[in-house]
Amino acid sequence: MQTRREMLARSATVAGLLAGAGFLPLSAMAAWPQAAFDSKNMADAVKALGGGAPVESKDVSVSGPDIAENGAVVPVGCATTLPGVKRLLLLVEKNPSVLAAVFNVTDAVEANLNTRVKMGQSSNVFAVAMMNDGKVFFAAKEIKVTLGGCGG
Amino acid sequence: MSDPMRIRAQAAGDKVTVRVLMSHEMETGQRKDAAGKVIPAWFIQEVTATHNGKTVLTADWGPSIAKNPFLQFVVKGGKVGDKVAVTWTDNKGGKRTDEATVS
Amino acid sequence: MVKPSLIGLAALALCAGAQAQKSTADGIAEYRKMLEDGNPAELYEAKGEALWKQKRGPKNASLEQCDLGQGPGVVKGVFVTLPRYFADTQKVQDLESRLVSCMAMLQGFDAAEVAKTPFGRGEMANVTALATWIASVSRGMRFNLPQSHPAERQSYEVGKRAFFFRAGSHDFSCATCHAEDGKRIRLQDLPNLTKNPGDGIGFAAWPAYRVSNGQMWGMQLRLNDCFRQQRFPYPGFGSEVTIALATYMGVNAKGAESIAPSIKR
Repeated sequence: MQTRREMLARSATVAGLLAGAGFLPLSAMAAWPQAAFDSKNMADAVKALGGGAPVESKDVSVSGPDIAENGAVVPVGCATTLPGVKRLLLLVEKNPSVLAAVFNVTDAVEANLNTRVKMGQSSNVFAVAMMNDGKVFFAAKEIKVTLGGCGG
Repeated sequence: MSDPMRIRAQAAGDKVTVRVLMSHEMETGQRKDAAGKVIPAWFIQEVTATHNGKTVLTADWGPSIAKNPFLQFVVKGGKVGDKVAVTWTDNKGGKRTDEATVS
Repeated sequence: MVKPSLIGLAALALCAGAQAQKSTADGIAEYRKMLEDGNPAELYEAKGEALWKQKRGPKNASLEQCDLGQGPGVVKGVFVTLPRYFADTQKVQDLESRLVSCMAMLQGFDAAEVAKTPFGRGEMANVTALATWIASVSRGMRFNLPQSHPAERQSYEVGKRAFFFRAGSHDFSCATCHAEDGKRIRLQDLPNLTKNPGDGIGFAAWPAYRVSNGQMWGMQLRLNDCFRQQRFPYPGFGSEVTIALATYMGVNAKGAESIAPSIKR
């Protein structure tokens, strides 16, 4: 359970991460967002995708186990009940490649995606919802990893 | 020639839950082989899903996605007999499309 | 579904005090459950099924006439009755070595060459895929290895001796880890293989997809790796000792439900 201070600190962190030039024009969205995926930390990764100041929200959820037996395969999900979501992102805070996935959601699918990530170590996993109106919301979950799953 | 994906699309009411298992190494480019040489990054970058030919979901992936990736999503307004197709493209230009019928 | 019985895990202190509403054991069980749907072993099952039906090898024939113990082409139910004695080869064989025999007899492959091929490569990878599919067809059935032939009973006795035989630099035997209830290494339970360890446990869980290395492991590779961990020399693929150990474990597991192919860490 977080104190208000911790929650604000986390919001500020994610805000800094998502501060950027705003949404990419539609044509640019077709290209793989190299800068975002190349980033060495969560801040740079999300900055490259643009968006407003992120706010922690109970309407966004990140699902996953509390503890993963092996970091090589960790089932995680990102979802939001808010209408008007443009993208859902999954980030693993302590991974070498922080941004794991960007889902471009259409009206034809539910804003609820599940996949599996590799985690190098115990870390926060973030689900970020980028809305059509520019607002950005996020949720976090700490997933402990007993054996890192990135190499060897 | 890559191995086929396993796509299961099940209808319940007017929703179709699609579960996909893709066969791919998802090599991060972080690992070294026994000789100490870096194993080059090789991973799916883009995923597209269509329902009866219409794109319903696209995704950009990075190497943090696990090997033999799993993806689950729910299509609204689908029914038995509909077609669901999934395409992936990787960073080496590899590409694969597989299709399933909603059951 | 494996329910770990972990005692004294508090010492590992993996969950901070106030957050430990769920024990670590429950957490691991939940993680394993989440991975059951969408087991990458399905990719190997699909491959194995295709290989069974595909005309291949110098004789350009499929494996559909392969006798895995219940007659040519019978696949359902064979996984839970192997290893067993085969009259045509005059020996007790497990699933993987029997597949190689069929590949040689029906398709013209060189059995010795296949046996020498490293796991995960070439025709050996195909053997693993075939074994994965054949196991899947019997999922849910209960082990019932035959012990009617003298060679089968002998295989069991040899397996038992081998199970308890201490060797190697560390003086290990299979029994060192697998002959008592309630043991574990880190967070993995070590099933007691001297008896039926329960549904879906031990012999009843392999072939399995191992997430830690993203590989499909049949029982031959599982045993090969056990030998490696004990600092034993590697056993030959399909060697008498590996088949005898499989017979020992399989007979002990009589009545246990097979969940193969499963998913493991």
